[in-house]
Amino acid sequence: MTTQTVSNNPLRKILSSIGTSLRLLTYNRVGFVGFLAVVAIVLLSYLGPLVIPLDTKTKIDMIYTTPSMEHILGTDHQGRDIWSQIVNGGRDVIFVAFLAALISTLIAVSFGTLSAFVGGWLDNLIMSLTDIILTIPQFPLLAVLAAFVSLNSLTFLGVLMGLLNWPALLRAIRSQALSLKQRDFIEAARALDMGTWHIVFREMVPNMMPYIIVSFTLGMTSAVYQQAGLVFLGLVPISGGNWSVMIQLAWVRGAIFSKDSVWYIMAPILAIALFQLALITMTRSLELVFNPRLRSNE
Amino acid sequence: MATAAGVSPSQTTNRLDARSILRSIGNSYVFRKLLRTLITIFVVTTIIFFLIRLLPGNPIEIYVNQLVVTYGIPYHEALDQAAALFAIDLDQPIALQYVSYLKNLLQGNLGMSVLSPGTSVTEVIARFLPWTLFSVGMGLLISFIVGITLGVMMAYRRDSLLDHVLTIFSSIMSSVPDFLVGLMLVVWLGVQWKVLPIAAMRGAYSSGMQPGLNFAFFKDAFFHATLPVSTYILTSVGFWMLSMKSNTISVLGEDYVTIAKARGLKESRITSAYVGRNAMLPMFTILTIRIGFVVGGSLLVEQIFEYAGIGRMLGQAIGQRDYTLMQGIFLVITFSVITANFFADILYSWLDPRIKIGAQE
Repeated sequence: MTTQTVSNNPLRKILSSIGTSLRLLTYNRVGFVGFLAVVAIVLLSYLGPLVIPLDTKTKIDMIYTTPSMEHILGTDHQGRDIWSQIVNGGRDVIFVAFLAALISTLIAVSFGTLSAFVGGWLDNLIMSLTDIILTIPQFPLLAVLAAFVSLNSLTFLGVLMGLLNWPALLRAIRSQALSLKQRDFIEAARALDMGTWHIVFREMVPNMMPYIIVSFTLGMTSAVYQQAGLVFLGLVPISGGNWSVMIQLAWVRGAIFSKDSVWYIMAPILAIALFQLALITMTRSLELVFNPRLRSNE
Repeated sequence: MATAAGVSPSQTTNRLDARSILRSIGNSYVFRKLLRTLITIFVVTTIIFFLIRLLPGNPIEIYVNQLVVTYGIPYHEALDQAAALFAIDLDQPIALQYVSYLKNLLQGNLGMSVLSPGTSVTEVIARFLPWTLFSVGMGLLISFIVGITLGVMMAYRRDSLLDHVLTIFSSIMSSVPDFLVGLMLVVWLGVQWKVLPIAAMRGAYSSGMQPGLNFAFFKDAFFHATLPVSTYILTSVGFWMLSMKSNTISVLGEDYVTIAKARGLKESRITSAYVGRNAMLPMFTILTIRIGFVVGGSLLVEQIFEYAGIGRMLGQAIGQRDYTLMQGIFLVITFSVITANFFADILYSWLDPRIKIGAQE
């Protein structure tokens, strides 16, 4: 473990702590599998469509066929191949989740570390605001907002979710920053009179990168849940066949209630569930490494 | 002893008593939490009010325009109708509207439903809220009890087969979104394997059944609540199991447990009185977060099972753009979560005296 000195190049520090996190992931087998699964799903969603184009032709004679050599997961209500839809459907989900998590994490990190470091009335104000927003149930709030503003672009959806999901992340980041505040190198930075802005963003934040990564992935899981829910309720007028839309179409068209069409509903459910599971497994193993009390075999 | 000029000792003692009583009330944990709760409720109602008025697609204007255009009602009359429906007076400046909105809220007047004319929002909520409280409450209670019991077992039998299996199970169940679990229950239990009569289990109770305080109705209600409650349990229990397991592990390492064992106390007594009680305490902070989450999830889960609760009503209201109903249900949901959190905090402070003492210092 490198000793921390005041004000090294923060970019290099961020990169090195990302590298450390990745290396530490390998210590925990389950977490590493989760990490590989996340990478695999992201690659499949972004590179897969180049290899497996979306099947858009309606073939009436092939509605709801069971899995076969030609169609690995069968076909949907219009005779289109389900596997191609799965491969092409991940992009939107991942993009929205990434954007929402990015914005939430940015807000949480900036205001969480600021609040922890400055303390006093600013801390009280930010924490009161956070607690108030935290008690409002997030998903109903999003659903109600969706009724007022038309969520017709993925970017807008991601931004909106990012603007609502930061409270939980902010609390976690703030508690980490509070413990970091006690460390020697922060005291040294204050003694050198380096200014609040500099200390917060160039000293504390680069040293908190593992926790920030954990917060980011947790933000992604919340975002995936919320956008799947919003699309399921039919509140997101976006065309295109992403996983959540597949679930909603299957529900609306009653694909659940026919025996042959089980793959049309199960494939996107499994895709979303696997993605969430991989993200959470990866996060849990990172948490295990940084919080040794949670480990089961000492 | 010096006294302030002109103040007799008996007067100072009395004044100190009154002031110190007020100060001790003000410092008390319960009062602080109550104050925090009331402020939160106030902030939330304010946010909702301004949300309706300031977002694009102002529902009041849309409604008024719709009345004028579709029904040919003169503008001023349309304004009056909208005012009655939304329980606000549109002629007044926005500040006064806000005050009368608050006044109406305090009287329990949430306005009239836009799309079911003649039905007040309060009526709709009173009809459907009990079902959600019933199913969500049962789900929370059962998953909490089962979760902490299994969590303690997992901690005591660490690294055994039971531990590994349950850990994997709880990890998987807590990451899958709750409505997807509900969908999978419908697909697999209902359609594919035909274990449960899905069609008969829709709704909160069978159609034609009269609600009443008789056994047949209760049995029917429980039958219909089985699937939604199972969904809540399946998605929440993993969370409780894992948290309880880690809490128990850290408590087991504490000195007072070692001493209890050295004193030769019975294993069951150590588990319940020493380990269990102390490990359970931090769970209450988690409980407050989970309540909000499960209530929010009921929005989706009730849709899937056609369960006649407040979550499904909110979904319908949003879909039909019934703004007054949406606003009313959202307020009620938020109030319930805030109130539940308040009671959880009070319960926590009652169970763990350190919280109260810590707050007073």
